[in-house]
Amino acid sequence: MSHGVAPAGPFEQPATFEFNAENKALADVIIARYPAGRQQSAIVPLLDIAQRQCGGWLPRAAMEYLSALLGMAPIRVYEVASFYTMFNMAPIGKHLVQVCTTTPCWLRGSDEVLAACKSKLGIGINQTTKDEMFSLMEVECLGACVNAPMVQINDDYYEDLTAEKTDAILDALARGETPAAGPQNGRQMSCPEGGPTTLTTLKAGE
Amino acid sequence: MLQDKDRIFTNLYGFEDSGLAGAQARGDWDGTAAIMAKGQDWIIDEMKASGLRGRGGAGFPTGMKWSFMPKKSDGRPSYLVVNADESEPGTCKDREILRNDPQKLIEGCLLAGFAMRAIAAYIYIRGEFIQERRRLQAAVDEAYAAGLIGKNACGSGYDFDVYVHHGAGAYICGEETALIQSLEGKKGQPRLKPPFPAGVGVWGCPTTVNNVESIAVAPTILRRGASWFAGLGKPNNTGTKLFCISGHVNRPCNVEEEMGIPLKELIEKHCGGVRGGWDNLLAVIPGGSSVPMLPKAICDDLPMDFDTLRGHRSGLGTAAVIVMDKSTDLIKAIARLSKFYKHESCGQCTPCREGTGWMWRVMERMVVGKAEPEEIDTLLEVTTQIEGHTICALGDAAAWPIQGLFRHFRPVVEQRIADYKARNASRPVAAE
Ligand SMILES: Cc1cc2nc3c(=O)[nH]c(=O)nc-3n(C[C@H](O)[C@H](O)[C@H](O)COP(=O)(O)O)c2cc1C
Ligand code: SF4
Ligand code: FES
Repeated sequence: MSHGVAPAGPFEQPATFEFNAENKALADVIIARYPAGRQQSAIVPLLDIAQRQCGGWLPRAAMEYLSALLGMAPIRVYEVASFYTMFNMAPIGKHLVQVCTTTPCWLRGSDEVLAACKSKLGIGINQTTKDEMFSLMEVECLGACVNAPMVQINDDYYEDLTAEKTDAILDALARGETPAAGPQNGRQMSCPEGGPTTLTTLKAGE
Repeated sequence: MLQDKDRIFTNLYGFEDSGLAGAQARGDWDGTAAIMAKGQDWIIDEMKASGLRGRGGAGFPTGMKWSFMPKKSDGRPSYLVVNADESEPGTCKDREILRNDPQKLIEGCLLAGFAMRAIAAYIYIRGEFIQERRRLQAAVDEAYAAGLIGKNACGSGYDFDVYVHHGAGAYICGEETALIQSLEGKKGQPRLKPPFPAGVGVWGCPTTVNNVESIAVAPTILRRGASWFAGLGKPNNTGTKLFCISGHVNRPCNVEEEMGIPLKELIEKHCGGVRGGWDNLLAVIPGGSSVPMLPKAICDDLPMDFDTLRGHRSGLGTAAVIVMDKSTDLIKAIARLSKFYKHESCGQCTPCREGTGWMWRVMERMVVGKAEPEEIDTLLEVTTQIEGHTICALGDAAAWPIQGLFRHFRPVVEQRIADYKARNASRPVAAE
């Protein structure tokens, strides 16, 4: 399960970490979802929030903070953080580009999408650009296979890609724009391109 | 072909309002309290009579599964856990329910949870589905605000909570015992069964884990009646099913169809056919990456249901149909799946940890042909040593795609090996 995007260069571990007020409130809401005494259940959601607060990676201080908050031994927190692939142990680029290359995406051209990312960004898999704008990862099936090939960039899926469309998305991000997520060929979600073959005779109500 | 009036997921593509008002206009939450008033036993009997089999891959009868939960509490509460980890390559149906029809899932949680005397449902959604998680949380908040869940849910007198929980990237967390470990805040590593979750599940309490689709179809089944659902498909393979058709078709898509629909009809009606025409078909993986592929000859006349596919030594699995046309390098397609399983093995069992890596390396050599013909039998032997000898079914899932390749396309691999030898025969130095 191990993985790891290399940071652009040397980095420092911050000495301390604390949730900001908004995230502290959110953490309280999350912890309350689990039975009393079972607050450890909140560890993955709270690691996610901590990682977001830190700009996309988990400093050691954040894991120590959560171990104290949830009453877990620090080693248990590290163990969990390193088990799940979405946690980054070192700083990553502003945009984390994750290219799915599992068979259904591969059948529809993920090789070209990956090649486009490498050449546009000038980095290889698990690397970060010098300007810390982009990191590139190869990932396993993201559960959007009928919209293959696809990439996840931060919180969004970009689907039905070609090399050209991938280039355009990366260019837009580099310019500071937010390209529209979802299918890039104009279709509606996972509906067949060109229009639905079902659900055409219904009006709301039945 | 299934008629629209018999389709359950009427907002599958998100053309309509996915919010509570839209869902209610489409019939969700209609008479929920009246269904509950019929009692737990009635609900479970109705689910049994519907013939619904679990949509998470194994096809275990849903009503029977619910009946395993304790009828009387020994002091421990019971829980429903919904498996929204959706990570089996090829599979992308639960995502549509989560973002476009979330109220069906939430109503299903209440009805299933009530039937099993659970106090709450936890919906475990894969970490990467961030937008879907936000959408689902908003839907849960809406249902609470409308009094549909929470205290005195739907005015039924029953208290029931629904919580959204999420993972952070690990296919293995889709396995039900790993999912429970993960929900407890631990590494997602499967554990041996027994004890089964219905006896000892999350936080040591009786738990049932069901797939998103299994739970989301329950309200419609209970409203329209078991006989309506059982009247679709065929005995032991009833109802409607969400199919995900990916790969070499003209228009890949998700679609709800009748169980047992012929594969060719499924692809030609909804996907614009195989790329280059039906005769350009080479093979299909009919139920997600874990099930063995089938060659075109079998696909020509292939009802898509649990029992038929089982009869062909494959499976309906998650009904994720991966289509491969004649341009496909099948060895490479399967080698990539071997890499997937190697990457996702949690490493607890030696046959799985060592075997998935070994199989992947051999498969990569077979892609280029750099192998001895005898290695094929060694590889198949290894798959049988892994299959059935591990804590969870990931070991089986890693073995089956390779077995399927050799069952139907062994000559292709043999030819690849022969070609490699011929190409390199002129060279004086032998391979390592
Ligand atoms: C390696 C592995 C991964 C699995 N992944 C999923 C998954 O993503 N979603 C799912 O519903 N079931 C998955 N399952 C099956 C679950 O263990 C379980 O059988 C299922 O959630 C039961 O739901 P059902 O009875 O409604 O089908 C997986 C099983 C294995 C062995
Ligand atoms: S079979 Fe593989 S994934 Fe399953 S428990 Fe064993 S090592 Fe882990
Ligand atoms: S294989 Fe890429 S999303 Fe499933």
